[in-house]
Amino acid sequence: MNIVVLLKQTPDTESVIRIAGDGKSIVTDGLKWIINPYDEFALEAALRLKDKLKGKVSVVSYGPPRVVEALRTALAMGADDAVLIDDPVLKTADYLRVTKALTAAIKELNPDLIFTGSRAIDYDQGQRGAIVAENLDWPHLALAVAVDCDGSVVTIERPIEGGKVILESPLPALVTFGGAHAIWNPRYASLPGIMKAKKKPIAMKKVTDLGFDPANFEPETARIRITSLEKPAERKQGRIINGDLDVVGKAAELVRSLHEEAKVI
Amino acid sequence: MAKCVCVIAEFRNGNFRRVSFEVASEGKRVADALGLELYGVAVGSGVASKAAELGRYGVRKVLVRDDPALENYLAETHVPIVAEMVGRLDPAVILLPASVDGKDLGSRLGAKLRVALVQDVVQIVCEDGRVRAKWPIFAGKCFAWSEWLGGTLPVISCRPNVMSCREPDDSFAAEVENVDVPIPQARSHVKAIDYDTSGKVELSEAEIIISGGRGMKEASNYSMLEELAQLLGAAVGASRAAVDSGWRPHSDQVGQTGKVVNPDLYIAVGISGAIQHLAGMGSSKYIVAINRDPDAPIFSKADYGIVEDLFKFIPAFTEEVRKHKSTCS
Repeated sequence: MNIVVLLKQTPDTESVIRIAGDGKSIVTDGLKWIINPYDEFALEAALRLKDKLKGKVSVVSYGPPRVVEALRTALAMGADDAVLIDDPVLKTADYLRVTKALTAAIKELNPDLIFTGSRAIDYDQGQRGAIVAENLDWPHLALAVAVDCDGSVVTIERPIEGGKVILESPLPALVTFGGAHAIWNPRYASLPGIMKAKKKPIAMKKVTDLGFDPANFEPETARIRITSLEKPAERKQGRIINGDLDVVGKAAELVRSLHEEAKVI
Repeated sequence: MAKCVCVIAEFRNGNFRRVSFEVASEGKRVADALGLELYGVAVGSGVASKAAELGRYGVRKVLVRDDPALENYLAETHVPIVAEMVGRLDPAVILLPASVDGKDLGSRLGAKLRVALVQDVVQIVCEDGRVRAKWPIFAGKCFAWSEWLGGTLPVISCRPNVMSCREPDDSFAAEVENVDVPIPQARSHVKAIDYDTSGKVELSEAEIIISGGRGMKEASNYSMLEELAQLLGAAVGASRAAVDSGWRPHSDQVGQTGKVVNPDLYIAVGISGAIQHLAGMGSSKYIVAINRDPDAPIFSKADYGIVEDLFKFIPAFTEEVRKHKSTCS
């Protein structure tokens, strides 16, 4: 069983996000970087499946050299090897091109299953998994909060509005992961795991290594781009309901405010 | 066919989902701005007899593929069918719901048509015939604006509960055309589907949300919030701390990991307001914070703050709401 986990490094969820001077990117100085939580759930699910069925878990990512740290963490958690597409041309390429490069890197690993997060907590487009599956002409099962595989068929539970769906597919297939930390409880890297990870291979690739012409990744080829970022509108200064009111008085005043001022109850 | 704006409507359990009408309303606005007609595409079991309803929201004509085999959404069957139907319309812009299934369909459809999708859009601007879209990034800590280049077809999934629905015009029915697109052979399949019949309000669609955090102390104390929620027709949410403690199911988690919500009223009970939580609920129309600690960061986002022990305040508040409801009804 060969499982590829596609992961992205993102700023930590507690990060304060600041807009950079160019008005269309974020300030990355001083950010703490983590494995995108949903990708970490995918990795945890892959490692559990490896424990059950034996086989190999490879992690694939793209981005600048800082991403090596995320890959080392994945290796320390129990992944076997890693590929990083570290190519400056990806910085200005649109996500469709980036996903083409990722698909090519994954193909070389010849997986039976591809696991990835249903979304990344940074730009939150939630498209990568479905696009890779479309590129490969594979079925994909999205937003798993539970997964099982017997080696030939993969089954997931997918929450939808007001219910849940059980989806099933023969391998090869791609699964995207939703849920929360409380469901997946991603393992921590153990000390021996960290030591072992130092010896595990991380293959660094450029798009030319994957058979692409870098010219196809130039900014002029982009089909979509971010023109600007903006901060959310400042919320109006709120009001603490106190005065000389007791608990019941405060409760009554809150009801009155919500009804007469906010008109929401 | 002349260029048009196309909306992909979501049909489930014999009805269009409400978000489809929001998307149609927004589609009409975009179509008017671009001087184009609004067309629709819908796939499902029984959809043909309902599709004319989309006319009320400004859709002129709907292409439908109606078959019992298309009862439940499956990417492998729905995406190729929608791609074929959209291809026949040759639209200038495609809009669809950023619902669970809509987001999934949109991503794979975008890849299939080799066009660019922006998900979870909260605002669309049309200027000089060009379309730009705004969507939240870092769970709402920031927003990004996108534009499409080189004549790429814009595909936009619209976040539910954000775009306003037009006043339905019951005098107008959309023309409905059944199209005979083959249903592709799929490898994956829906093994089971299970709808929650408890009547619980879905968090992502709720107009009022009451969320409890670490301050709730234990799982059984949520019955207080459930009672209040019942009175207000609200959904009950939770912070990550509460979910991690096992007090609430993961599906209730509000935050950057979890659900991003934007109800009319969000009542945060015993939630201090970690950045990752604030990101998930900061765009709510009105926010009430109830916390014992006057320095809790949640108060910086709140329209109304109550510095009190929640175990004293919630019962009193519930009683006041009950009185208010009985005098209103």
